[in-house]
Amino acid sequence: MSAITREDVAHLARLAHIRMDEQELDKMSGELAVIMDAVAAVSEVAGDDVPPTSHPIPLTNVFREDEPGEMLSQEQALAMAPEAEDGQFRVPAILDGE
Amino acid sequence: MSETTETTETNDLIRLTALQMAERLRVGEITSVELTQAHLDRIAAVDGGERGVHAFLHVNADEALAVAAEVDAIRAAGGAEAEALHPLAGVPVAVKDNIVTIGQPTTAGSRMLEGWMSPYDATVVTKLRQARLPILGKTNLDEFAMGGSTEHSAFGNTRNPWDLDRIPGGSGGGSAAAVASFMAPLALGSDTGGSIRQPGAVTGTVGAKPTYGGVSRYGVIAMASSLDQIGPVARTVQDAAALQELLGGHDAKDSTSLTEPLEGLLTAARQHDVTGLRIGIVSELKGEGYQEGVLERFREAVTVLQDAGAEVIEVSCPHLKYALGAYYLIMPSEASSNLAKFDGVRYGNRVVPEEGGTIEQVMGATRAAGFGEEVKRRIILGTYALSAGYYDAYYGSAQKIRTLVQRDFDEAFSKVDVLISPTSPTTAFGLGEKIDDPLAMYLNDVATIPANLAGIPGISVPGGLAEGLPVGVQFLAPARGDAVMYRAAAALESRLEQAWGAQLWAQAPELDDTRSTQPVGVGTADRTAGGENR
Repeated sequence: MSAITREDVAHLARLAHIRMDEQELDKMSGELAVIMDAVAAVSEVAGDDVPPTSHPIPLTNVFREDEPGEMLSQEQALAMAPEAEDGQFRVPAILDGE
Repeated sequence: MSETTETTETNDLIRLTALQMAERLRVGEITSVELTQAHLDRIAAVDGGERGVHAFLHVNADEALAVAAEVDAIRAAGGAEAEALHPLAGVPVAVKDNIVTIGQPTTAGSRMLEGWMSPYDATVVTKLRQARLPILGKTNLDEFAMGGSTEHSAFGNTRNPWDLDRIPGGSGGGSAAAVASFMAPLALGSDTGGSIRQPGAVTGTVGAKPTYGGVSRYGVIAMASSLDQIGPVARTVQDAAALQELLGGHDAKDSTSLTEPLEGLLTAARQHDVTGLRIGIVSELKGEGYQEGVLERFREAVTVLQDAGAEVIEVSCPHLKYALGAYYLIMPSEASSNLAKFDGVRYGNRVVPEEGGTIEQVMGATRAAGFGEEVKRRIILGTYALSAGYYDAYYGSAQKIRTLVQRDFDEAFSKVDVLISPTSPTTAFGLGEKIDDPLAMYLNDVATIPANLAGIPGISVPGGLAEGLPVGVQFLAPARGDAVMYRAAAALESRLEQAWGAQLWAQAPELDDTRSTQPVGVGTADRTAGGENR
């Protein structure tokens, strides 16, 4: 497997919506390379015959009646919003120049 | 003279076990207000200041005393309502700050949530309120529970009461340190890879991770959803069992919670008997990488159990050597997804770049400013492990290791009732010692992680001291086998206490009253992280 590069980290930071400066990218890529090196053996252990486990205690779908329950009021839901207007969350523009 | 007597009484009171406190409340020997105030006084004395323990991010004095007064009034009135009080009613408790609470800030140790007030209570908090346990406050943790030392908290580190220049473990260092230094008899923790058990080990306290699903996680700020579990932090095994019984049971709001409650925990912890119990030493969880003093205490613990009538054999779980690697792929993958919601849109602290920008740029700046280094590291690592072209090699392979680890445990539990190992390979290390070496920090979790991968319960109990610092002994049991885990742990605890002539905490150093170094006005009043730079 290819090692994690500085360009990879820059790409991942964009995907994860975390702004990183040059210095952070340098530090992070060095650290991640060490960590990935330590965990890489994981991919060489299990063969195709081993099923993956996503959940430790086997569960099938859990169903319940679709009944109205307690809910937050509009005021409660907006109380901690960074910005709110007319009973709604106010967000920055989605596109440039709007 | 009378002041000295009073201080001694307060000191004695806070050093009782939670169940002893409960009994004194029940017979009317003390009131909950007295008991709660004694703990608030202790917090005021040893938690603040430059050399304070700093276990609490927020102290909830007014509400705690109000709840205590309610309990006292109900008891004083007698009758059916007094009869119906929960056995732990009036015994104060602390709550890890990644568990949401109405009326108190919940920060998860992150700048992202500084000042955030939850509009709802976690189910475990609702249960504490229903049982009328006064909530003393919110305890410090590594940011979003990511770390093994509590140094990754955005609001300053917590100190280990056994040596103030050492870490209290993590991520639940605040809860463990609060209980170890008698600021709280009980606390809640969350354990994704050892965050309850490892702090327990290094602070000489008891911490248990229940079977996955044994306690509702509704209202815990999720890190890795297939691994996270809420559990009790206490000074004795019985106290931990009693608290887990209070917290546990099915919750419709957490569809991963077990439908059948885990019962008989306190009864099992009271049994103290391991005659004929089959205990397996895990070959892979000792030896290289483990401090000699830790191994010495571990071997003594095994001998003590043998002498008490347990049948001890060695068992091998060969895939445990890959567990750490699998964990550090699965956990960041799930964390990167769970933490996507912190984007500064609906709640949390929004940061707008100086030049302004689109929502995407605002999210980028918000997350850059709101998250600390370790959180960013895990998000990037998880994003990588889940990305196209790497998913099968990393996340997929890690999930297969998980299957192999489970099979190893199944095989082991076909031969023995419980497994035993050191909880943590070392005693508490120095503050700052591993902060710049993420991998060294991760290696601390080597003995605790397998239980999270397999969903089985685990508990750490004090095993004695190595060079003056606590060592933890871990018991693991099959899924839903929490009762036998408590039974084995309690047996070891009682035999060791007989040998020591007292509980381990009798050997803990006295903490100085730090109030003289505190600014005027910081005392028992409500105190919240954020404003002060500590």
